[in-house]
Amino acid sequence: MSGRSVPLEPDRHVASPRLLEGLRVWCTMLAICLEERLVYRGDFLLGTAMRFLPIVTQIFLWTAVFSATSRADIAGYTRDDVVAYYLLTMLTRAFSSMPGLAGGIARSIRDGSIKKFLVQPVDFIGFLLAARVAHKLVYYAVAIVPFAAVFLLCRGYFPPPPDAPTVLVFLASLVLAFLLGFFMEATLGMLGFWVLEVSSIVFGYMLVQYLLSGHMFPIDMLAGIPTGIPGVNVADLVQWLPFGYTAYFPAAVWLGKIEGEELFRALAVEVGWVVVMAIACRAAWHRGTRRYGAFGG
Amino acid sequence: MSRYLAIFRTFARACLVRDMTFRANFLLECLTSLGWMSMNLAFYLLVFTFTPEIGAGSGWTKAPFFAFVGTGLIVNSIVQALFMPSAEELTEMVRTGGLDAVLVQPLDAQFLVSMHRVDFSSFANGLVGVGLVAWAVPRLEHAPGPIAWLVYPLTILCGVAILYGLVIMLAAATILMGRNQSLYDFWFYLTNFSRYPAEIYAGPWGGPLRAVCTFVIPILLVVNVPARVLARPLAGEAWWAVVTALLAACASLAVSRAVFQAALARYRSASS
Repeated sequence: MSGRSVPLEPDRHVASPRLLEGLRVWCTMLAICLEERLVYRGDFLLGTAMRFLPIVTQIFLWTAVFSATSRADIAGYTRDDVVAYYLLTMLTRAFSSMPGLAGGIARSIRDGSIKKFLVQPVDFIGFLLAARVAHKLVYYAVAIVPFAAVFLLCRGYFPPPPDAPTVLVFLASLVLAFLLGFFMEATLGMLGFWVLEVSSIVFGYMLVQYLLSGHMFPIDMLAGIPTGIPGVNVADLVQWLPFGYTAYFPAAVWLGKIEGEELFRALAVEVGWVVVMAIACRAAWHRGTRRYGAFGG
Repeated sequence: MSRYLAIFRTFARACLVRDMTFRANFLLECLTSLGWMSMNLAFYLLVFTFTPEIGAGSGWTKAPFFAFVGTGLIVNSIVQALFMPSAEELTEMVRTGGLDAVLVQPLDAQFLVSMHRVDFSSFANGLVGVGLVAWAVPRLEHAPGPIAWLVYPLTILCGVAILYGLVIMLAAATILMGRNQSLYDFWFYLTNFSRYPAEIYAGPWGGPLRAVCTFVIPILLVVNVPARVLARPLAGEAWWAVVTALLAACASLAVSRAVFQAALARYRSASS
């Protein structure tokens, strides 16, 4: 055994700026997750294409509803608007939905696999974010084919494209929807530090999310339901909650249902929720890891 | 046959004992399915605040439509409780070689693969379905007669048989493909077409789709036929619908059996 010491880290690690190093780690995590996602690409393509099947029944259902009513529109939506709305919520859900995120975090807390993030110089939330970005990038790369085909086929349902600033707000709302969906689900998963099984909490969240996000129907349709507070209906109340920003809001922006001052107020509410949930997620991780105990190998 | 019934009773009893051992989990599972079902009912109630019926002149006003929804809940809860839990396990059984243990049993493989697990919590939705039908029937324009009440359970069984055939076909596809999770998603997406009255599938696209979903994959007969037996007078064309459902159920069982046997013949064990 020679007495020569081996440096644990190359010198360049010390020399390189911390930010650049963090970015390099993040890119590596992204590349790993991309490769992981592409293993089951056939199954992935089939699953993506099939998600459009429920839209077909929705188109026929709403066509039947409008054929039986004398109304030209329902809550400001014509039949074509409703179809376009459902298609656009498919797109927004593609950004905001985080399948398996909360359950996965809770599982790694429960089975102890999370402890590797406590000893490695890798930020857990950053890793999860990179994994989700990779997941989404692969999803979009595969899903762009059926999405483009369906949107092209259904182009007749869409109103003329909005102006450039509205398109920019729409794109920003999609990115914010991704971040909001990520931080909300990640925070739910972090509850695993306090309760052993989060599946019932996740279920409750999904139920509320399904109803209030606008996934089932445009939130404007709730405007006729009173809350008991004078001058405030259920739709008004839902606008202040985070759920609508994960499905309804981007779709409503594209369709011109939210404009002017109201648009910027809604965007500010969405940014506010992203910040709140990001802080909540970080705080839950910080407090959770302090009380976490793992035993054995 | 009596041997299989006795074995099924043993399976069901074991599952019930298991469910009752984890009672809180059982209640949670009941609440889970009731929660999703309530969301859908809330959506239908909202739709009826905007329109008097689903489809102009279709006759699917609020009461008949909720009889339809209740019937759908009954049919689906039977399939979800009796067949889906077993079928869902098949993917892993094929992938890990666990299917070998099924094939060496002195019992029919299709019976074991499709009926060894019963999910009693899924019956919760069925009970709500019965409640919905009980609410809707006194409000129907044509009260169902005694013959309709006799035919109704028969057509519900036809619906269950058609869906069972579909489950078995997908199980066969899983055996052939080795592993495919999307096929079970496909089951849910496909049965989505049966959730609404057939009249909504109208127009240049709806007509052919309705024909395919009636005669090729008879998914539209699953709920539509029993719901019609209750909600509409049972005369003339209605009888043809009942006969069609009976034929479709028999065909579904026979074809799925043949496909399943063919798939098993091609099965290559994954175990060592």
